[in-house]
Amino acid sequence: MATVTQQPPPPRAPSPSPPPAPVPRVKPARRRGRRTPYLLLLPGLLWLVVFFVLPVAYQASTSVQTGSLEEGYEVTWHFATYGDALSAYWPQFVRSVLYAASATVLCLVLGYPLAYLIAFRAGRWRNLIMILVIAPFFAGFLIRTLAWKTILADGGYVVGALDALHVLDVTSWLGWTAGDRVLATPLAVVCGLTYTFLPFMILPLYTSLERIDPRLHEAANDLYAGPATTFRRVTLPLSMPGVVSGTLLTFIPATGDYINADLLGSTDTRMIGNVIQTQFLRVLDYPTAAALSFLLMAAILCAVTVHIRTSGTEDLV
Amino acid sequence: MRTTHDTDARGGDVRLTGLGKTYGAFTAVHPLDLTVPEGSFFALLGASGCGKTTTLRMIAGLEEPTSGTVHLGDQDVTALPPYKRPVNTVFQSYALFPHLDVFENVAFGLRRRGVKNVRKQVGEMLELVQLGEQARRKPHRLSGGQQQRVAVARALINHPRVLLLDEPLGALDLKLRRQMQLELKRIQTEVGITFVHVTHDQEEAMTMADTVAVMNGGRVEQLGPPTELYENPRTTFVANFLGTSNFIEADVDTRSGDDLVLKAGGGRLVLPSARNSGPTAAGGKVLLGVRPEKIALVHADDAGRVPEGRNRITGRISDSSYLGVSTQFVVDSPVCTAFEVYVQNVDRDPRLVPGAEVVLHWNPAHTFGLDAAQSLLAGTVDPAGVETAGKEAI
Repeated sequence: MATVTQQPPPPRAPSPSPPPAPVPRVKPARRRGRRTPYLLLLPGLLWLVVFFVLPVAYQASTSVQTGSLEEGYEVTWHFATYGDALSAYWPQFVRSVLYAASATVLCLVLGYPLAYLIAFRAGRWRNLIMILVIAPFFAGFLIRTLAWKTILADGGYVVGALDALHVLDVTSWLGWTAGDRVLATPLAVVCGLTYTFLPFMILPLYTSLERIDPRLHEAANDLYAGPATTFRRVTLPLSMPGVVSGTLLTFIPATGDYINADLLGSTDTRMIGNVIQTQFLRVLDYPTAAALSFLLMAAILCAVTVHIRTSGTEDLV
Repeated sequence: MRTTHDTDARGGDVRLTGLGKTYGAFTAVHPLDLTVPEGSFFALLGASGCGKTTTLRMIAGLEEPTSGTVHLGDQDVTALPPYKRPVNTVFQSYALFPHLDVFENVAFGLRRRGVKNVRKQVGEMLELVQLGEQARRKPHRLSGGQQQRVAVARALINHPRVLLLDEPLGALDLKLRRQMQLELKRIQTEVGITFVHVTHDQEEAMTMADTVAVMNGGRVEQLGPPTELYENPRTTFVANFLGTSNFIEADVDTRSGDDLVLKAGGGRLVLPSARNSGPTAAGGKVLLGVRPEKIALVHADDAGRVPEGRNRITGRISDSSYLGVSTQFVVDSPVCTAFEVYVQNVDRDPRLVPGAEVVLHWNPAHTFGLDAAQSLLAGTVDPAGVETAGKEAI
């Protein structure tokens, strides 16, 4: 999203202190103990400064520049770019949030039962299922998305089956699909997004479910809670950290994604990622692209803050 | 659910009929018949893996029996899931809900049953277990003893017909464990609910329970009040698992009145027939048992001062350890190579040192007889016992 750059990366920041070489032995133990944490932080900090802080600062400056490719750009603090970008592209913004939210909900609906199964019921199959969950990572992202193009192809088995079951009538009425086509519709894009980000939902969910002591289920059973109540009062609240991190890991990248909309969608399903990509690489309107990136970042930060506040996971152990 | 208004079926006795559990080829609990009378404090005692926890879990409904039935009073609860049984459990390591505070943990069962007056009842229960101050704390901020009391309160507040306790004191240090033993006993007396307590700690079972069932290898070895189990064990497992016993291999010689006279290593020893669970016919092999503290020890020079009518054997002290309140002697005798004797340190005889020739004597009424066709060592080497000893040493 915001890190797409059109120029060579800015010069490396001069390193403020020597690289984290082995600490000299002559130093007294107590001083070495105090400095070690900072030395360990250094490589990560350097990486962040060079590849995150500087590009973001650079884009921030780009977003308030005016000019043209021929005459060159200069900073004129032209904040109107933000307003113009928002009024021109707000439908894509709304669409991105809707698609990402739908994909997140679908991931949760598909991922929670699977994570629950792996954590509590899989027994000796646990590792095998875990491998299957992360197996898609072994194939390239583009290949997998292109495969969906084949799966959802017009007249293919999937579309044929959905048509025969009259599912397409319902989805077309809802505006998710168009006639007997699935490809190049919102449904295809949401399916692609769901597929792409499902493992990012399952893994944190599994981690938090797996940490729940099965004896808590027995204790709830013992205290007059049937299976459904036990899930609602014990399992679900205790898995909230996993739900929150899973939805964040799905929603944030899904909002900025443009590959799925590009390959599985049409011009009517363009997301904000596609707009930013086009502005940067085709139209070469760098200030608008940079402004859109920052608007997206701000929107996501707001959504995340609200999400964490309302889910009340801070006081979970 | 019959838990709230079950005055008609108030019977709180637990009746297990042919209750058994197998896992594949492994039999965890052999079909078991057992009745726990209403209002009693009942302990299932045994080493880890003896089937005691499985038995408890079958009563709770957390484990499905392979055979047999569980009755609470007149009600057959065998087919009921745990959340429909009028039974509550205090789990090993407590299983408190980490996302709920103390108050909500204790209120959990009441809320599920839609009981009124939750606030008042929980408040009273927290007073009973002295946790009123901690009501709004999360379990992880409590000490082990406090967590244990929350677990007891969470179960007791539902007024179960039976309270099941699965090694509830196992995670506590020795001092706290002693204190909680008394506390639990006090609560049980106060509320009058039937308690079924699973433990591997024989001392805990003996201090708390009215009736103890000693389990071994999925079977109940012996059942009775603690004094009876200790004074008159009927198997070597019980004799060794509850305290220490000395054994002498002997042959039945004659019967005289209510007593049996046995021959052992050339001497004669007397055993009341009522205390013999071994063979009684002449020539039968019997293991004669006697507890170390029942034995008196005198120097061989004073052998004449031993009163008539006592069982006596001779030997040589091979080891002695002074423990302040008492001295433990190990005596090497022709009938038993390592006879243990505990002598109270009232008037210490300076001649009783390793190497001294001594006479051991005891009242025949303290002798018990067992069938010689069983291992002398049953119940002596048990992992749980070692674990307990290790904890106490700290």
